[in-house]
Amino acid sequence: MTEQTPRLELEGITKAYPGVIANNNVSMKIMPGEIHALLGENGAGKSTLVKFIYGVQKADSGTLKWQGEEMVIANPNAARKLGIGMVFQHFSLFDAMTVEENIAIGISPELAAGDLKQRIRDVSQQYGLPLDPTRYVHSLSVGERQRIEVVRCLLQDPKLLIMDEPTSVLTPQEVDELFKTLRHLSEEGVSILYISHKLQEIKDLCHFATIMRMGEVVDDCIPAEESPRSMAEMMMGANLVSPEKPGKAEPGAAHLVVSNLSLASSHQHGVDLKNVNLEVRTGEILGIAGIAGNGQMELMEVLSGEMLVDDQNAVMIGNAPVGKSGPGIRRDAGMGFVPEERLGHGAVPEMSLWENAFLSGSKSMNLMSKGFININGSVDYAQNVVSEFNVKTPGVEHAANSLSGGNLQKFIFGREILQSPGVIVALQPTWGVDAGSAAFIRQSLLDLAAKGAAVLVISQDLEELFEVSDRISVICEGELSAPRPAEECTVEEIGLLMAGISHEKEAAHA
Amino acid sequence: MPEWIVPALLTIITASTPLVFAAVGEVVVEKSGVLNLGVEGMMIVGAIAAFGIGVTTGSATLAIIAGAVGGAAVAFIFGFLTLYLLSNQVATGLALTIFGLGFSALLGHGFVGKTFPGLPKLEIPFISDIPFIGPLLFGHDILVYGSVVIVIIVTYVLNKTRTGLLIRAVGENHHAAHSIGYSVNKIRMACVLFGGAMAGLGGSYLSLAYTPLWVENMTAGRGWIALALVVFASWKAWRAFFGAYLFGGITIVQLHAQGFGVEIAPQFLAMLPYLATVVVLVLISRDSSRARLNAPACLGRSFHASG
Repeated sequence: MTEQTPRLELEGITKAYPGVIANNNVSMKIMPGEIHALLGENGAGKSTLVKFIYGVQKADSGTLKWQGEEMVIANPNAARKLGIGMVFQHFSLFDAMTVEENIAIGISPELAAGDLKQRIRDVSQQYGLPLDPTRYVHSLSVGERQRIEVVRCLLQDPKLLIMDEPTSVLTPQEVDELFKTLRHLSEEGVSILYISHKLQEIKDLCHFATIMRMGEVVDDCIPAEESPRSMAEMMMGANLVSPEKPGKAEPGAAHLVVSNLSLASSHQHGVDLKNVNLEVRTGEILGIAGIAGNGQMELMEVLSGEMLVDDQNAVMIGNAPVGKSGPGIRRDAGMGFVPEERLGHGAVPEMSLWENAFLSGSKSMNLMSKGFININGSVDYAQNVVSEFNVKTPGVEHAANSLSGGNLQKFIFGREILQSPGVIVALQPTWGVDAGSAAFIRQSLLDLAAKGAAVLVISQDLEELFEVSDRISVICEGELSAPRPAEECTVEEIGLLMAGISHEKEAAHA
Repeated sequence: MPEWIVPALLTIITASTPLVFAAVGEVVVEKSGVLNLGVEGMMIVGAIAAFGIGVTTGSATLAIIAGAVGGAAVAFIFGFLTLYLLSNQVATGLALTIFGLGFSALLGHGFVGKTFPGLPKLEIPFISDIPFIGPLLFGHDILVYGSVVIVIIVTYVLNKTRTGLLIRAVGENHHAAHSIGYSVNKIRMACVLFGGAMAGLGGSYLSLAYTPLWVENMTAGRGWIALALVVFASWKAWRAFFGAYLFGGITIVQLHAQGFGVEIAPQFLAMLPYLATVVVLVLISRDSSRARLNAPACLGRSFHASG
């Protein structure tokens, strides 16, 4: 076998931000046609490295060789001219514009000229990425949006395609389709830099993996020869403790009940809830799967009391009807919430940890006296949360936004759990949280249920739902499927439901 | 046909033109995601700049250029503060209006009581003499025609060209535009300067043609009307144009109605232009989902490339 010139070679890339070294002496090689995984936990420095390759950011030192030639990529336009394309994790799309306009804006003016619509159709057909250039982006599903980004890259004849967490928002079936496209590209000689922390996917797809931790390359491996667990341990540099279901009592009476709930969404491109019924019993965890943007946010708002419904009996906590009651009354009835957005919804970013602890626990933890804040009590409470839930912070007087995502999420969970809620509702509990913290959070949910609380987890992460749930429902376009015991369902079945294909409908077609 | 109709229609055109300029400029600014509440300030500085240069040099062309440059200069202060020093757009815009009113009064002190001969009319022999249509369509000054041309150009550029696509993109999602590789603040600065120049032209029209003299605070709230027109026109230049004419039209009609001695309290008549403009523009943009789509999603939000 002849020695090929690597398509991209990095040597000794170092980039420091004030107070933190994001990349320290990073070196790696990507060969033509190789699907190369970049693995690492949040904050390991993957994004910084990718931004450097794509010309968004400059490095402090180190060299980049493109097809054997040393060069500096000054900006994304220069990167695109070389043949580097990027699909962003948070899509760089414009909701109020058409697919064609979105693509035109991301490629050079010369490429955008002429019959762009036809070329979009051609490319999308060639690679199995169905896409209608005249539709507006806000009317598309997340999977379709991602196709826009991929087609945008493909129109430029890329030699290296960078994909940042491409599958976190897709159904299992959409993931399979994407992988087919990526393998097709790889056979044509396109190199792919694939960033993810979903280890099974990397094992299935990638030829080679570089593992980063704390800004440094700590290891590399051939994913096909490793297990997801062994790769996770390389990533964390420690043994992974997976959550264990504690010895279970039989679930008790229904404690959180939603009946016949329909509600129009208050969001610009939101989803209306259609006749939702659900029941969470004491001592069990009900998981709700679904692709983001299928009514999860709306369901969470209805449960937390941020959105009220006309029928007081539509939402019941124990024996208390609360459909028309706000979050305060629901907290009094023993409900705890963990919203999706940690900063700005779960916690006030600029306030200290103890102030944030006070905000949700003032009543249930008796932190008020005669209308004044009991500061010592609040600080003690926050300190308890920090020590019991392993939150890494210099002290509870530090602001919430100084914590990493995983640590803040542990703090928010701890704050809710220490109030011994009878029912807890969590939306995307481990979204963007490092593997260690995620395992910890899942364990604490299991423990809480074992103590007799009713737990509702709404998540896109199927692995997580299968790990913690006793029963699983799927939400799709605002409709909730009937729950089924977790051990009786398969990932494929849930995936089909997430895509809106139910067994009844299939049967009707047959 | 009563003989007062043609002069009345002509005054409608002169009353509407300053609003057209200011509103169309602001459409572009807001489409790029910047909320500049300083339209009134930019207009009045444009008005005194144009009047001062016009009276001093006697040249209408130089006066018009000075008006546009004056408005753009004030807009530059706004752009620099909000885009590069990340000051709050609402507060800065309000300050710009207060600053513009005061600064123009200072500059205009020596010009009080002077007059400018007005802008030359572009008369076309014979055609201008056709009854009714002749005086209505022909024989206006360059700024009146300029305002129509600008509306057509802005509509075309915003919807049909790559430049327009870029402007809409930075207004819609500035992070995405940045990550694709566009310089958000440069595009926005260009739009802010354009908006300033247009407001300056609107102001020049007031001091050069509408009432060719300098009076302190002569914009009399027109900048605010222009801002309201932009929102009610759901950020479409051609709708802002019609909104401006509707407002100008009813202003003139109610003045005439007062002259005819219509038995409605003049205070109520004076409310009419505002009321009618709001009602009509609300009606045409009543499909709220479309209106929200037209609203630039990043309007009023500062952009800083961090992380």
